[in-house]
Amino acid sequence: MAELIMIIVSAVLINNFVVVQFLGICPFLGVSKDFKSALGMGLAVTFVMALTCLITYPLYVFVLVPLGIEYMEIIVFIFIIAAIVQMIEMALKKFSPTLYNAMGIYLPLITTNCAVLGVAELVIDKAQMAALIGIEASAMNLGFAVLYGLFAGLGFTLAIVIMSGLREKVARSPINKHLKGFPIAMITACFIAMAFFVFSLIG
Amino acid sequence: MKSNLKKIAVDGVVTSNPTLKLVLGTCPTLALTTLAMNGIGMGAAVTFVLICSNVLVSLLRKAIPSQVRIPAFVLIIATFVTIVRLVLDKLLPDIYESLGLYLPLIVVNCIILARAESFASKNGVLASACDGLFMGIGFTLALTLMGAFREILGSGAIFGVKLWDFQIGFFSSSAGAFFTYALFIAVFSLVEGIVKTKTNKKQYAILNGPAPTVQSVKEDK
Repeated sequence: MAELIMIIVSAVLINNFVVVQFLGICPFLGVSKDFKSALGMGLAVTFVMALTCLITYPLYVFVLVPLGIEYMEIIVFIFIIAAIVQMIEMALKKFSPTLYNAMGIYLPLITTNCAVLGVAELVIDKAQMAALIGIEASAMNLGFAVLYGLFAGLGFTLAIVIMSGLREKVARSPINKHLKGFPIAMITACFIAMAFFVFSLIG
Repeated sequence: MKSNLKKIAVDGVVTSNPTLKLVLGTCPTLALTTLAMNGIGMGAAVTFVLICSNVLVSLLRKAIPSQVRIPAFVLIIATFVTIVRLVLDKLLPDIYESLGLYLPLIVVNCIILARAESFASKNGVLASACDGLFMGIGFTLALTLMGAFREILGSGAIFGVKLWDFQIGFFSSSAGAFFTYALFIAVFSLVEGIVKTKTNKKQYAILNGPAPTVQSVKEDK
């Protein structure tokens, strides 16, 4: 139980994927213009991240390591992610056209989202995971990996939703033409990062 | 051909600089610019992958069917990233350590996929290699400049050499990363605007003589 709370606090707040670890900045800046699409993108990414951890972690531990081909991880992971995204897209199209219409346009973008590959690479690094969620390196298992993927995704969702709310306000303000677009979005992100910085003072 | 290469060079480094103008590959830019040295390390790794993947994509552009081109490009890029990772791990463990998670993430760096898709798959081998080289140089320059700016202000040093004790912690923090990037894009756009007006005036002068000043317009009336 204590570990679960630690994972939630660490993945969502202290080491937030977007504003602290800078993973998934492209959708964070690109798909945060309005609340609804930000939420859709966030939840789609969360789902893919949890599912990716569920598949890549055992694949790495039980297949790549025993065979001694750890160096193939990048190629294997990117293909797993592409396959997951493709399958989700096909499944949604078949079983839930409404959800497909809402989420479909974000799905292809998720393959090249560095938050997804980032979480797959992160959960297999036992030493770093141990430091992030405060467990022994040898105690790392599939459960922690999937939970970390899930809550890291929710941290991404939180950040992108906050960002969309702020950008809806900023869009109505008069802004210098050199600051329009990306620069003002980055300055907005700067303020979110400052707010999240306070969480790093916990513990 | 020569003027074509010059155009590719100017495009890659200045007019469509991948970091400051196209705003691609934002994740490593924000995460690694705390130190100027990181900019050079990351820049060199990305440049290598960019040149190799551009060359290979350009060579295979007629062989890869367009329906499966994106997975094919990703496979090519992932192969070169794996090579870079193994080489750096063996030869330069310090840089490998400081780039950390962002080294494997070069695979999903949008600059490389964007160049493969929009340039290398439509152009010859030499032009694609040059495009990769100069885009890489543009990326490296932008990252190193931002790294130097943040290192000087945030830790009072440059390339690890201590300059003074004065430091502003904000620039080393994640909020400082966003702020610095915003500042660099805004200044770049400002300078670009000034240069454009100047060249426009020059071209106008070549075509129509000196641009009309307020006074001469009044005299005409």
